[in-house]
Amino acid sequence: MKEISFMLNSELRSVSVEPNEVLLDVLRDKLGVKSPKCGCERGDCGACTVLLDGKAVRSCLVLAVEAENHSIITVEGISVEKLSALQEAFIQFNSFQCGYCAPGIILAVTELLQAHPKPTLEQIKESIAGNLCRCTGYTPIFDAIMALTKEEGK
Amino acid sequence: MAIAHEFNYERPQSLHAAMELKDSYRNSALIYAGGTDLVVNIKEGMLKPELLIDIKDIPELHKLCLDNGTLYIGAAVTFMELIDTDFVEQACQMLHDAAKTVASHGVRSRATLAGNICSAVPSLDSATPLLCYDAVVHCQSLEGTRNIPIGDWFLAPRKTAIKDNELVTGISLKIPKEQNAGVYLKLGRYGGEDLAQAGWGIWLNNAKQYRIAHCALAPTPKRAFAIEALLNGKELSPELIQTAIALLDEEIKPISDIRSGKEYRMHVSGVMLKRGLYAAKDRLDGKIVEPAKLLGGI
Repeated sequence: MKEISFMLNSELRSVSVEPNEVLLDVLRDKLGVKSPKCGCERGDCGACTVLLDGKAVRSCLVLAVEAENHSIITVEGISVEKLSALQEAFIQFNSFQCGYCAPGIILAVTELLQAHPKPTLEQIKESIAGNLCRCTGYTPIFDAIMALTKEEGK
Repeated sequence: MAIAHEFNYERPQSLHAAMELKDSYRNSALIYAGGTDLVVNIKEGMLKPELLIDIKDIPELHKLCLDNGTLYIGAAVTFMELIDTDFVEQACQMLHDAAKTVASHGVRSRATLAGNICSAVPSLDSATPLLCYDAVVHCQSLEGTRNIPIGDWFLAPRKTAIKDNELVTGISLKIPKEQNAGVYLKLGRYGGEDLAQAGWGIWLNNAKQYRIAHCALAPTPKRAFAIEALLNGKELSPELIQTAIALLDEEIKPISDIRSGKEYRMHVSGVMLKRGLYAAKDRLDGKIVEPAKLLGGI
């Protein structure tokens, strides 16, 4: 067991982990952060996406011990006081049905919008090409992001 | 699912410390960078290391630079860094193309080029530019440095020329001085994340010299030397390309798997070779080419 400390959603947290524990399990089972979801467990589906030092990564393929002295952000961390504009847009456009993929997609797009506040449809598609949604067919997701980023340009 | 296999984890702060660990543990220690292959393989019981040596705190392994016509990529440099670095795109557009096709955004944030070639799967997108640019893989151990030409690197599926006490420190590519252009075409089953059904890297220069490499079409990624020899010195024409396509039978050895049949791989390789050659020529002539749109634009 190793005691590690890292910033989780802007809060310093400490937890004891074994080297073979993956970040996803530690977030969900030891730290009570339930938004990252366990889907394929091999990096294909994107449901476990979190931001590691601002970059969207697969938390099922990151060892928890690696998080030491780094920053992890989950959906809980981007909606502390109120939902982000992106989350509001997703609600408005009914962008999710079952919602299992939603935290991963929201984080992947949050990263995209930081680098490209006005992304093209191609950039949006590329940013979430590794986040599988089996309900919506993606169209309402693209619509929400396009509408939000157009609005901001007014 | 937790990882059932137990192992130790070390995060050495210097290259020397990493080499000492690798030297004492040999095959029971694995080098850990992005982990996007390694963690999956450990979860699935394919690998059972005693120790993971995380190399991400070693500063020199993050080096990415273009010096005197040599592009140097440290072992801890991720695909995302390659994609986001302007001089990589300017110096070696084929590598930039290939980096963009690796898995998905969330995997590319962590996965490294060095890790990719150490995994050495047959469908290795990034191998084609390395083969076309005669890249050199720099390996280091307590015994010293070995610089291994990429052509000697891939021995068999998942098997490379690295020794059990070595780690890859970086990869370098010589960027030719003359006017030249390259392109990487990847065919997957759909536009999103997928491994290659077939991949073709094509390079040419203004002296009509050609370098061509493929992946997912043989046990290891390979140069297509017979096709290069046919094309060298010649202007592209429909007849010449037909003759080149006829050589595919001896150049590639595709198999049937979950992603496609060998007959389809054989057929589509002809289509990709033709479109890739014209696309590389277009880039040489200064035209803008989007490789993802050349195969149906899905």
